[in-house]
Amino acid sequence: MAQTLADKIWRTHAVTELDGGATLLYIDRIFLHERTGSIALKGLEAAGRAVREPGLVFCTMDHIVDTFPGRGDDTRMPGGRAFITTTREAARAAGIHLFDIGDPDQGIVHVVSPEQGIALPGTTLVCPDSHTGTVGALGALAWGIGSTEAEHAMATRTLAVTRPKQMRVSFEGSLPFGVTAKDMILALIGAHTAGGGVGYVVEFAGSAVRELEMEARFTLCNMAVEFGAFSGLVAPDDKTFAYLEGRPFAPKGALWQQALTHWQRLHSDTDARFDREINIDASAIVPQVTWGTSPQHEIPIDGEIPDPAGEADANRRKAMERALAYMGLSPGRPLAGTPIDAAFIGSCTNSRLSDLRAAAAVLRGRRVAEGVRAICVPGSSRVKAAAEAEGLDRIFTDAGFEWRESGCSMCFFAGGESFGPGERVITSTNRNFENRQGPGTRSHLASPTTVAASALSGRIADVREFTQEGA
Amino acid sequence: MQPFRRHRGIAAPLIRINIDTDAIIPSREMKRVSKEGLGEGLFANWRYSDVATREENPDFVLNQEGFRSASILLGGVNFGCGSSREHAVWALADFGIRAVVAPSFGSIFYGNCVRNGILPVRLEEAVIADIAERLEAAPGSELTLDLPDQVLLADTGSRYAFEIDPPDKEMLLEGLDQIAMTLRHDEAIRAFMAQDREARPWIYAVPAPRRPGA
Ligand code: SF4
Repeated sequence: MAQTLADKIWRTHAVTELDGGATLLYIDRIFLHERTGSIALKGLEAAGRAVREPGLVFCTMDHIVDTFPGRGDDTRMPGGRAFITTTREAARAAGIHLFDIGDPDQGIVHVVSPEQGIALPGTTLVCPDSHTGTVGALGALAWGIGSTEAEHAMATRTLAVTRPKQMRVSFEGSLPFGVTAKDMILALIGAHTAGGGVGYVVEFAGSAVRELEMEARFTLCNMAVEFGAFSGLVAPDDKTFAYLEGRPFAPKGALWQQALTHWQRLHSDTDARFDREINIDASAIVPQVTWGTSPQHEIPIDGEIPDPAGEADANRRKAMERALAYMGLSPGRPLAGTPIDAAFIGSCTNSRLSDLRAAAAVLRGRRVAEGVRAICVPGSSRVKAAAEAEGLDRIFTDAGFEWRESGCSMCFFAGGESFGPGERVITSTNRNFENRQGPGTRSHLASPTTVAASALSGRIADVREFTQEGA
Repeated sequence: MQPFRRHRGIAAPLIRINIDTDAIIPSREMKRVSKEGLGEGLFANWRYSDVATREENPDFVLNQEGFRSASILLGGVNFGCGSSREHAVWALADFGIRAVVAPSFGSIFYGNCVRNGILPVRLEEAVIADIAERLEAAPGSELTLDLPDQVLLADTGSRYAFEIDPPDKEMLLEGLDQIAMTLRHDEAIRAFMAQDREARPWIYAVPAPRRPGA
């Protein structure tokens, strides 16, 4: 029988079928962070249960740690220090891998996991964090779970999972100049809503996806959860294998060859059937920006803010009205040109080396507009070091950006640092929910290059006016 | 875990679409490394007009007479989307919510409900709108949720059947700890691991965790 990529991974991991239709799936890798992992580790300890195979469990410090230079365990979030110290103690007691503050390998979980070669094609990987599907870009089945499930995975190395339905989203054609993976995923969510993928594992396919570099594929899969999906996937190919070879936790020598043979079979068979197929013309996508408080509230950069009056569905109309009020915007007007207070480049969506390079190309030799607070937070300490080695930090700081230590930082509000009420932020992150980046803060999601261009103009800007094709 | 069989209680309508887990429990309300005491932070940004002083927002449904002691919540499409934080469910439970009724749920949130003894009920959007309208007209009305029969009962006599996967149902009915449930299959897990080490040795060949100070 023809199988999809997800079918193939599923079958390799099915331990047993459970009464009632769920499958007990074997879990290859478990990742934790100090915000939710600390509770899971403590919960397990309290129940007197041990971590099975601690060598296959990993933990990083990313959510609560400070991102100011010279940071230690103290952090601006009230009570934050306890999360850090509790996690460290629990991780050491359990004997798992820890990417601690000050470790050159520390960083945001979904950046570290592929960077270290921990997530691999064909593996199952879980983390008590909703953006775990990011690493589906390697052809892994990876998804976010709750803390109680994380305890379960650590104690049993399995999870009971009901098989999701399968969707294929094909992007055919070449992306136009100035358009990125971020714009692809925003366009999908805009067209098919933030709940459009609920109940599905989504395989991203098509020529435009194959053309994407590995790091851009992470961006695409990162926001599958913003589409409501169980997870996102991309079939591994030569780019995937080249990306992984030589990474610290990737297989070496003969094992690498053996793994490679296995990985080369990881793709959907030509006649495999999906429960749903969506086709998108990649050549018609333009840079996207969100105007509201859900990722589905997005428009092309040259579009107009929609009018709730035109929305037939009453609940959606109310949500749009609430969003406009929260965002301080009026319908029927262009979003481009709206003045901003801040610009943020960071998060597991868009803070890898290629993102920083692309933003730096826009910023090079220019200055951030007067009065705009601009911040860049590399996704991992390794990304930061690599960026510094090629002088990107100087381009950012010369342009007027703050250059930070790696972590989640102001992707979300932990109770400490924030942008402030009513502040309008253009941001390379993945969530524009009310209060996500701070009480009352207004977030506009966009690609890192759109963020850079907007920081320079002090207004939401069309990046295509800042860079020249072929330059 | 507290089992769920049959529950009768006051129901409150909060019909907004895409109520995300950041709204259910804002990050800043997750102050301790603990599952307890989160009820006060439930919907903090909506419930309080001043989060710092806890001054109540009188427009928010759970602050209104009749709905204050609600134990059933009605919501809109994609309830509990967003962050995987289980704190959202712990906060609902701590506040006293035993069931959430919505047309659809964020999938991580749905699983977290089941694992914490909260019954997530999926019903048609139009049906929920109908029930919500009646609840608004008569604050303090109660609904009954019967899990063995998979039905929601309104005092008007209306009955609404709902679907739930058998394993989720069993876990809720028995109040089971899922780890114990799974360890009934421990032999199968160990057998799987033994054959998997042969089939995919690269999965297990990872450097050992670094010891602190080493
Ligand atoms: S960067 Fe943002 S979205 Fe990503 S894991 Fe951290 S808080 Fe979550």
